[in-house]
Amino acid sequence: MSSEDEIQMDDSDSDQGDLDDECLSDDDGIALESHDQNNSEYRENAVPDNEVLNHDSLEIEMKKTIADVQAVLQTKSGMCRILLHKYKWNKESLLERFYENPDTTTFLIDAQVIPRHTESVPSGDSECDICCIVGPLSGLACNHRACTACWKSYLTNKIVDAGQSEIECMAANCKLLIEDEKVMTYITDPNVIASYRRLIVASYVETNRLLKWCPGVDCGKAVKVSHCEPRLVVCSCGSRFCFSCGNDWHEPVNCRLLKLWMKKCSDDSETSNWINANTKECPKCMITIEKDGGCNHMTCKNTACRFEFCWMCLGPWEPHGSSWYNCNRFDDSVAKTARDAQEVSRANLQRYLFYYNRYMGHQQSLRLEGKLYATVKSKMEQMQTLSMSWIEVQFLRKAVDVLSECRRTLMFTYAFAFYLQRDNNSIIFETNQKDLEMETEQLSGFLERDLDSENLVTLKQKVQDKYRYVEHRRKILLDHCAEGAEQDIWMFNE
Amino acid sequence: MSATRRLQKELGDLKGCGVRAYENVECDETNLLKWTVLLLPDKEPYNKGAFKVGITFPVDYPFKPPKIAFETKIYHPNVDEEGKFCLPIVTTENWKPATKTEQVMMALLSLINEPEPNHPIRADVAEEFQKDHKKFMKTAEEHTRKNAEKRPE
Repeated sequence: MSSEDEIQMDDSDSDQGDLDDECLSDDDGIALESHDQNNSEYRENAVPDNEVLNHDSLEIEMKKTIADVQAVLQTKSGMCRILLHKYKWNKESLLERFYENPDTTTFLIDAQVIPRHTESVPSGDSECDICCIVGPLSGLACNHRACTACWKSYLTNKIVDAGQSEIECMAANCKLLIEDEKVMTYITDPNVIASYRRLIVASYVETNRLLKWCPGVDCGKAVKVSHCEPRLVVCSCGSRFCFSCGNDWHEPVNCRLLKLWMKKCSDDSETSNWINANTKECPKCMITIEKDGGCNHMTCKNTACRFEFCWMCLGPWEPHGSSWYNCNRFDDSVAKTARDAQEVSRANLQRYLFYYNRYMGHQQSLRLEGKLYATVKSKMEQMQTLSMSWIEVQFLRKAVDVLSECRRTLMFTYAFAFYLQRDNNSIIFETNQKDLEMETEQLSGFLERDLDSENLVTLKQKVQDKYRYVEHRRKILLDHCAEGAEQDIWMFNE
Repeated sequence: MSATRRLQKELGDLKGCGVRAYENVECDETNLLKWTVLLLPDKEPYNKGAFKVGITFPVDYPFKPPKIAFETKIYHPNVDEEGKFCLPIVTTENWKPATKTEQVMMALLSLINEPEPNHPIRADVAEEFQKDHKKFMKTAEEHTRKNAEKRPE
């Protein structure tokens, strides 16, 4: 597949229009689960229409959005950035809310960018509240003041140690967020300034629903799409991943089941036992969280989320009423269910191992078959010395590409199948899976064993026929799964 | 150390704050970063004893919050067996450099005086507190008599 060729690089202008339309239609800022079901039109065979942005172009895009908002609000760009952060970089919904609000000042106060109260300040030197040394003080719009050294220490601490890009005033009850311009006047260390700029861009990417960091090792680029949904995206570093969950592109299984599956698979190792015992997922954004203190009042560290919840019941912290006790009261019927479940779990374990072994088997094959690229390369060179042209020998490379794709698909079919309830549709699925698996093994056999034993013309014919057929089988399987998802026929046991 | 002046001032302020419940504060002369406050709750079942609270200030105080834990065992829904508790104003997320130790002590005192059984650390104690308050009071009083320090005259 040559889809990489189609990526637009740093093309910040062309998609702006689409982006705006999208924001208008959907201003809730929440990715819905339901799009697990309609991924058929974003199949991997379609050309991935995502943009790839590096740090600099991200900064440019961000500044452009800020400038647009600034033109309307007529306020500092640092304030606009904080406002946009609050609206998850959905410019349209920010402006809509701004126009709805009859009072601009209240709007800005609510967003914590201008102070609710301004305290009067004595002029001249006075004692700094923070370090208790008398000297010249300065401060924010709220007139909470401190000496320059304290501001600097405070901001450096927040930036370097806490990794925050939205920082509140130092005063105890003041919620005012410090605008970027102000931050920059206090921090002077170039490393801290660089960290702050990096954090701003990171916060821009992480809160923006249409952007996602590429999971590729040391890649550092982000991928931009026009709709937020589970789909294949391709980064210029070659990483191919799911936009929604950041994992390898995992069709036919959906993100939610894949996450369950991967968690289950890693449960065997010591590490995952630890993960199981010491971490939970944030109930809102599903990021994995480790609890490092006694307090059950948790705040999600994910900048886009910051959800506060109870570690025990995973409910939101705010409305925690007296009903809390329901989450730790011993319940007889629950205990009985637990005992029954234990008996079932033996059988379940057997079933799980069946799927796990096949899943891992294909994963291993996928890894090992990576070596085939080297083998076919030398074969291709050899064939070129014997009468064939460069273009004529490309079928071998293509065959290995197809083989890899099929392995990956097969791998994820076992995760899909593990959760699938048995019914007529699942039987069709299993038949498709069987066909694909059988044919894939044959293709793999051709490429691993028969490369040298056939004459070139028959080899080419056989390999081409096989990979075309395998590719076809794969498409049938994926189409069937996608159609099923669209018509909601798949029943999953979770 | 940038914290010295601030800590000296805070120490003086706390000693002279006139609130009996937390004005008994001791500080190691060689180490300004380690304080011990004798907390005197005024509500039953804790008003018969005194509770040592250890405060450890980080070197980069006040930009990082102090670490606070009970050194005296206390039977309380919001304090665990190791003396740890959850006080929002001293969590890393919520900490503000302008917050003074006196304010922290005030918040701690009110948590001890008025337990929050809906946000417990020790669920068993919290359940007893809500479901069988009489028994809770008895256990806590007993516990205070056995483990707490003597209140200064």
